[in-house]
Amino acid sequence: MLQQNHFALFGLKPAFEIDTARLDQAYRKLQAEVHPDRYATATAQEKLQSLAWATRINEAYQTLKNPLLRARYLLQLHGFEIHEGANTAMPAEFLMQQMEWREAIEDARHTRNLNTLVALNRELEHEMEALKHALGTALDVRGDYASAAEMVCKLRFLEKVRDEIELALEDLEQ
Amino acid sequence: MALLQISEPGQSAAPHQHKLAIGIDLGTTHSLVATVRSGMSVVLNDEMGRALLPSVVRFCADGSVVVGHDAQAAQALDPQNTIVSVKRFMGRGLKDIADIAHLPYRFVDAPGMLQINTITGIKSPVEVSAEILKVLKRRAEKSLGGEITGAVITVPAYFDDAQRQATKDAARLAGLNVLRLLNEPTAAAIAYGLDNAAEGIYVVYDLGGGTFDVSILRLTRGVFEVLATSGDSALGGDDFDRRIYCWILEQAQLPPLSAEDNRLLLTKAREAKEWLSEHHEARITCVLSHGRVIDLTLTAATFNELTATLVAKTMTPVRKALRDARLDVTDIKGVVMVGGATRMPQIRHAVAEFFGSEPLTNLDPDKVVALGAAIQANILVGNKNDDELLLLDVVPLSLGLETMGGLIEKIIPRNSPIPIARAQDFTTFKDGQTAMSIHVVQGERELVSDCRSLARFELRGIPPMAAGAARVRVTFQVDADGLLSVSARELTSGVEAHVTVKPSYGLSEEQIADMLRASFAHADEDKQARALREAQVEANRLLETVAAALKADGDSLLSTEERARIEAAVSNLRQALTRDDANAIRREIAALNQATEAFAARRMDMSIRKALAGHKLEEIDS
Ligand SMILES: Nc1ncnc2c1ncn2[C@@H]1O[C@H](COP(=O)(O)OP(=O)(O)OP(=O)(O)O)[C@@H](O)[C@H]1O
Ligand SMILES: [Mg+2]
Repeated sequence: MLQQNHFALFGLKPAFEIDTARLDQAYRKLQAEVHPDRYATATAQEKLQSLAWATRINEAYQTLKNPLLRARYLLQLHGFEIHEGANTAMPAEFLMQQMEWREAIEDARHTRNLNTLVALNRELEHEMEALKHALGTALDVRGDYASAAEMVCKLRFLEKVRDEIELALEDLEQ
Repeated sequence: MALLQISEPGQSAAPHQHKLAIGIDLGTTHSLVATVRSGMSVVLNDEMGRALLPSVVRFCADGSVVVGHDAQAAQALDPQNTIVSVKRFMGRGLKDIADIAHLPYRFVDAPGMLQINTITGIKSPVEVSAEILKVLKRRAEKSLGGEITGAVITVPAYFDDAQRQATKDAARLAGLNVLRLLNEPTAAAIAYGLDNAAEGIYVVYDLGGGTFDVSILRLTRGVFEVLATSGDSALGGDDFDRRIYCWILEQAQLPPLSAEDNRLLLTKAREAKEWLSEHHEARITCVLSHGRVIDLTLTAATFNELTATLVAKTMTPVRKALRDARLDVTDIKGVVMVGGATRMPQIRHAVAEFFGSEPLTNLDPDKVVALGAAIQANILVGNKNDDELLLLDVVPLSLGLETMGGLIEKIIPRNSPIPIARAQDFTTFKDGQTAMSIHVVQGERELVSDCRSLARFELRGIPPMAAGAARVRVTFQVDADGLLSVSARELTSGVEAHVTVKPSYGLSEEQIADMLRASFAHADEDKQARALREAQVEANRLLETVAAALKADGDSLLSTEERARIEAAVSNLRQALTRDDANAIRREIAALNQATEAFAARRMDMSIRKALAGHKLEEIDS
């Protein structure tokens, strides 16, 4: 049972579109059973079991809660491993936009323009939402794993840009 | 054998004895201890009716140690040997302490953690903290009339691994059985949430004497789930005192002062700060050692100006936590204020302005952390079979490894729920390389030099292979206390290495064990008697748990042979208990543990199935 796939663990069908409220609820319910706090006075064996299970459930929950990780996991279940860093060829247009964003972040950083960063962040959020929507269709409706894999890479790129914006925001706020 | 107990009419023969469990808030300025008594969490006072124990420890020339109010009173007389705010030094080196020049102590630099040279010898912050904990432990034993089974000790949520380990060691050194390290804002949330039947997303803003924490929690029917946490483990009320102190130096044009005078002015500064929470101005008067008279008036407006940057500084972690949780101020149902420093009006204003609503200040900011810790301790020790309360906490700072060129590979990102484990594979970069050094770090920055170094260890004995052919899997496990252990294993050969990450502070494991033995309440009891008693307690606990498990699930989960095997191990252990031989008891404990291994796994599977079956399930295709 410890080896069961993440979706089955929470009683969900393997799909990109999931009922997140149900995921949250199942997560809390499972942790209520296995969490080490429930086994503080238990035997050494039970403590080990509890640690392994609570760890396993947290890992599964983290994966399913995050759309990017969920998509990547789903692809993996379908036999598509995504190799990050193995420089996947991205469309030139997409890469151009990346560069523009990065330049905009650097500019905003230098001119200490918080508002620009907040606006950029919002724009990025929109872009990511659209991509997630497309990902859902590719994975759940069309079963087109090759293009889903490309979208996952794109999403990862966008997350990195968002990380940069957040770092810049943090630095400016200090 | 226990005698049969005959209960008074109307009194139930309690099958489980009520165990004594305490929660301790080990604070920078104040520490306190609480317990649950007839279902209510209460703070335990000292003989004079005082709840707060000043976290001040004085080492006297005659070898005695004074803790609390008396030590506090002596701080200006004997500043070198009177340690205040020792929490700031836990798990810290000399270079980490920003205001070292203003402190009166004779510091000793040591790898891992600084030490302090006192009149009775060199003390590590762990030992100093243990003195505070011992006093609280004694207070609890006296007031509860028995031996303490276990304690929950609170730590700032933003404490890193080194600071947590140091705290746990201090508790061990004080002779406490640590049930759990609990994050201070989470403890506060329990006390607040249970008191007010709160549901929704809450922020806990905890500004104490030396640390600042902010945690965002989702409260859902007794589940306290931390969504994000942030803070600054070197920001608190002390810093506000220092701003006033610097202002005094400047206004009075004072030359460099003696340690005694510095301490006196800092005390005056703190009094003025606290006074200003209720008044518009504070008069600061005192006479320094050379007869110099200080008489100044500090207005609230000036104080606000002096400390505006500190107030603003607390908002950075607030924003960061919100961003990490992907939440907006409008999602927040309430902000719970914790810590004595949140009494300052400028803090309350800043928080109200940021969140657009008045913060919640209807609980005692000094006591709420200890009260929450006591509730958790009571549950952990098994007094209350509370299925309604569950805490789900997170790692405050990312954990990673140093890779080539001083860069960091993050293994566990901050705000991951605990317990958690992550593995990452690495390879050798030279032909024939037989060892790999592993450097564990904690922090958010990309460069190793900007993060805290937690441990270094080596994996040796890798068989010589071509560069890039070995597969070294490094696994990080963070337990429910938020403590990290790391193991490394070369997959093709199976060579392994394992470390529990722990800062060094000048005491070896053996020295700790010796000190523990020396400090036992039963001083006449020798080592063997102690070992025997511990084994007996553990054996009885194990027998009790196994009996309960057999009764509940033995019939449904075990075959006749399996059950017989466990029962045989049970009776062997009972046999061993009749003889006073600690080693024999330990052996049978291990045997029984082993005999119940499969049973424990099945019981866990079953409870998980049951939890899932309670739901309306989507179809499961496995
Ligand atoms: N009325 C007040 N006005 C302003 N500050 C106050 C007031 N009362 C207490 N404080 C400050 O609160 C701080 C102590 O708070 P608290 O006891 O919550 O901290 P602590 O738990 O010891 O520290 P920490 O949580 O950082 O380890 C001190 O700096 C103290 O001066
Ligand atoms: Mg505190």
